[in-house]
Amino acid sequence: MQVDAQWLKAQSPRQRAHQEPAILRWALTGAAMATIAILIIIPVVNVFVQAFADGWRAYGRYLTEDPDTRHAMLLTLFVAPAAVAGNVLFGIAAAWAIARFRFRGRTMLTTLIDLPFAISPVVVGLTFMLLFGQQGYFGPWLQAHGIKIVFAWPGIVLATAFVTVPFVARELIPVMEAIGSDEETAAVSLGASGWQMFWRVTVPNVKWGLLYGVILCSARAIGEFGAVYVVSGHIAGQTDTIPLRIEKLFQAYPNTGSYALASLLMFLALFTLALKVVLERKTRQEIEAAAAAVTDQVSA
Amino acid sequence: MSITVKHLSKRFGNFVALDDVSVEVPTGSLLALLGPSGSGKTTLLRIVAGLETPDSGIILHHDEDVTERSPKERNVGFVFQHYALFRHMTVFENVAFGMRVRRRPKAEVTERVHELLRLVRLEGLEKRFPSQLSGGQRQRIALARALAVQPRVLLLDEPFGALDAKVRQELRQWLRRLHEEIRLTTVFVTHDQEEAFEVSDRVVVMNLGRVEQEGTPQHVFDHPANPFVMDFLGNVNVFHGRAQEGKVLLGNMEVEYPQYPHAQSRDVVGYVRPHELDINRTPNGKSGLPATVLQVNPAGSVAKVRVVSDEFGIALNVDLPLERYNELALTTGETVYVVPRRVRVFMPDDYVI
Repeated sequence: MQVDAQWLKAQSPRQRAHQEPAILRWALTGAAMATIAILIIIPVVNVFVQAFADGWRAYGRYLTEDPDTRHAMLLTLFVAPAAVAGNVLFGIAAAWAIARFRFRGRTMLTTLIDLPFAISPVVVGLTFMLLFGQQGYFGPWLQAHGIKIVFAWPGIVLATAFVTVPFVARELIPVMEAIGSDEETAAVSLGASGWQMFWRVTVPNVKWGLLYGVILCSARAIGEFGAVYVVSGHIAGQTDTIPLRIEKLFQAYPNTGSYALASLLMFLALFTLALKVVLERKTRQEIEAAAAAVTDQVSA
Repeated sequence: MSITVKHLSKRFGNFVALDDVSVEVPTGSLLALLGPSGSGKTTLLRIVAGLETPDSGIILHHDEDVTERSPKERNVGFVFQHYALFRHMTVFENVAFGMRVRRRPKAEVTERVHELLRLVRLEGLEKRFPSQLSGGQRQRIALARALAVQPRVLLLDEPFGALDAKVRQELRQWLRRLHEEIRLTTVFVTHDQEEAFEVSDRVVVMNLGRVEQEGTPQHVFDHPANPFVMDFLGNVNVFHGRAQEGKVLLGNMEVEYPQYPHAQSRDVVGYVRPHELDINRTPNGKSGLPATVLQVNPAGSVAKVRVVSDEFGIALNVDLPLERYNELALTTGETVYVVPRRVRVFMPDDYVI
């Protein structure tokens, strides 16, 4: 073992790579590149090419002239922030509970937070139909009281929120665990109320992780299709969100309008990716700073 | 502001952290809670601060019952073992925190922070972040932050535990001087008996959630109430023997023990500190214990001699003054007679270890 370790140390990564046959290296790199190109780069570029196929002016027209498209944009602008807001509240509460307390069902809660990752969004939609739809358990009661959930914005928000549950909590838990509760206890000992402690100590300490979670959650919320497709009833001009509208425009002829709208989501994706790179680094620094603070104190 | 805790008990699940603890801290005194880890000293401190609630018992500030009050209402300053400075705030904001959450006017906050930074001798570091400070500086900022709210009581949890020996020594003396300057009722937790003795006016020795002994450092050291305290406060040699008719027999050694005048003999344990043992070349009557010199180490302020008692089959530590050591000129392997100047005798039935 020791010999192996020394041997490895003596070799720089470049030297080790050179010991593989050149053809193997080229084949592996080439395969990876080709996969990325075929699956990601070509489709992304194609969306923009198609969107601008008729020129800038037409692009602008596609996005602004159709009232149903405009309504879809407004609806998404409302639904996504609403779902994200709900998930920020839930995410902070769940992360707090998991990072700060040891309670019965803690592991179960941690696992359940990830559940939406595993369930097909269509199934989520169907579940909400089964609960709140006309034939659902609460359907008759809701109807009697004039409350609309499915085929209306509350259902869309619920479905979107369900699908995006993991994002905020999953980002916050490791940050909160790394930082620990010492500073919060100190704030309380200095006379801070619960709110003062939360806003002045907890939030500033986890801000990058929280923001990162919000960004990922927003991106996913805006793009949600399956669950929303089922609960919204996809009524044009009423319950169509951007992804549903894209699908509808794509079915029509000519379908250039769908590419224009799709390019909007694509811009958003690229923007998110850029933010992700920055925020991921900030979040890691948050965790590393917390870890360094602990070792500092031990060694100081 | 004096603090009194009466009959405090606290459990964490099956673990008994505090078991009917009563302690009194007189106004303006500096009290050390001394004990091994798991003795409940930190739990006691946190309960006094209001960071933990007791299962039973009460806490009085002066004559006021504060058991149900929040930390804010109790107005205590707490210094944490690992400082717990707010990492995203500057030194200034850290110290100002307690006043900010109490919504004090800005001018007052600024003035008070500067005053405190002068007190802890860290002026000019206002704009630094905790990560840019040394361990000793962080500790002093943590203290300034705790003092900022003008607490009626100052509580310190292992305040020097995370510092290296030299800084620890300096800060101890500094804390003692600071206490003389501001005369704030102070309680600090430590597992280091030397630290407790050096800094405090009074010491409370704790073990397994109970108070073993309370008193001035001198008194506790000279008159340990039981074997635990004796053992915890420094090196000790242990002899098993018997008590009868006002005397204790520890092998060859005979010691007066008027506390036990009865005819029926009982098992006892005798404790002798290394510096309370002397070494003779001759048996000198009944009180000398024959032993073989195992090792001598004259380096330091006393000569440390290790001898083996043939009778007890145990090694004994003897600290001799250097003059005495030079006078004896001991060599390893020779037979000597160990004489205790002072033996503390405990009857095993008096306590349970």
